[in-house]
Amino acid sequence: MQRAGFERTPIKQSARALQAHLPRPADSRPRPSNHGFAMPIKIAIASGKGGTGKTTVATNLVRMAAQRGYQAAYIDCDVEAPNGHLFLRPEITQREVVRVPVPAVDEKRCDHCGECARFCQYHALLCLPEQTLLFPELCHGCGGCRLLCPKDAIQETTRDIGYCQSGRADQADFISGCLNIGEAKSPPLIRAVKSRMPTTGMAFIDSPPGTSCPVVESLRDCNFVVLVTEPTPFGLHDLGLAFDMVRLLDIPCGVVINRASDNDRETLAWCETRQLPILASLPDDRKAAEAYSRGKLIADAVSGFAQPFAELLDTLLSLPQVACHTVSGERP
Amino acid sequence: MKIAITAQGQTPQSTVDPRFGRAAWLLIHDDCDNSWESIDNIAGRDTAHGAGIQAAQKVADHGVEALITGAIGPKAFTSLTAGRIRIYHGATGTAKEALAAFKAGKLKEASEQDATGGV
Repeated sequence: MQRAGFERTPIKQSARALQAHLPRPADSRPRPSNHGFAMPIKIAIASGKGGTGKTTVATNLVRMAAQRGYQAAYIDCDVEAPNGHLFLRPEITQREVVRVPVPAVDEKRCDHCGECARFCQYHALLCLPEQTLLFPELCHGCGGCRLLCPKDAIQETTRDIGYCQSGRADQADFISGCLNIGEAKSPPLIRAVKSRMPTTGMAFIDSPPGTSCPVVESLRDCNFVVLVTEPTPFGLHDLGLAFDMVRLLDIPCGVVINRASDNDRETLAWCETRQLPILASLPDDRKAAEAYSRGKLIADAVSGFAQPFAELLDTLLSLPQVACHTVSGERP
Repeated sequence: MKIAITAQGQTPQSTVDPRFGRAAWLLIHDDCDNSWESIDNIAGRDTAHGAGIQAAQKVADHGVEALITGAIGPKAFTSLTAGRIRIYHGATGTAKEALAAFKAGKLKEASEQDATGGV
């Protein structure tokens, strides 16, 4: 499959060539009214394996983009275990409960015909001779049972699944979601988080790990996916799964190797065969782990990390999928 | 009385399937006329969630009063209890042998504490 910007050298070259055209206002100058982008640019940070450094990459990138004067937002879609706030320390100004629709059966009207239970593909309804039982955690909220009920015995109510919160983290926007404990389905909450994204500027979407529905929901509609991996057999195996998923979603992607030392040869070779660009390589450094454990952003706190993150941001900004939306940038 | 037995095949000589929701077959024995009926439970095997609920719906639809199986999960327990179907667990051997064990009072009735799906 041909993907724009997939070869390593051209990306670097175009990065340099394009910098001249990119709006990079200094802090003292007024920002462009549309903050550099004609439409929101959504860059998702994903991985197959958990713990490879998605949040590290996403939080450092958003801070750096904001420091350069871009309108930048951090969107924590890892709603089962959100942790971006530990590094960005946002001031939360808004918090809203997120609800999903569920049916409520009026037993006075219900004659237990079983139409609703036969219709529900998720087995959220069980029709017994004397009662109709609802398993709300299995309901996907489609509303089909209510439409179908011959006795009009089903009403729609809602139930809480978690909350969304938003605020500011220095110069960046911060939005996250938190799923209630014991809740099985996170996609509706992820949709709610994404719907609160700013409509201009660039958004860094911190995705959950894995390749299942929550990840697909986080990546949907994104312009580009950064796949963060670690140079271990496990990391590489799950990078393969994640790459297959991103290909199915037809979103261009590139790889960041985290904790890289001389053990990344296999990962590099694997990426090369698939023409997957290596966007950045972050060195394996105990100081990074120490800073991380204290909730610090490694690009700021650990020497040697500012440069790879700056280059990563440059590379992302120069991607055809991103650069074509900049105000003065031209399609390369 | 109709009794449902989870089985790996569709005859009374088939081995008991230790699972309920994802059992291969649901055999229904009616001790009034000594008849056997088999229900294909392929939908349960292929479902991601709610296998126990859909199997409970099937046995409830057939007017079953007792279920013999290996282990029972929490949602299946809730479903069957609501449908006033008694659950006897820990069955082994063939479906016919499990039925005999049940008739001899050798199978234990499952309580809410047993509804762990066999883990």
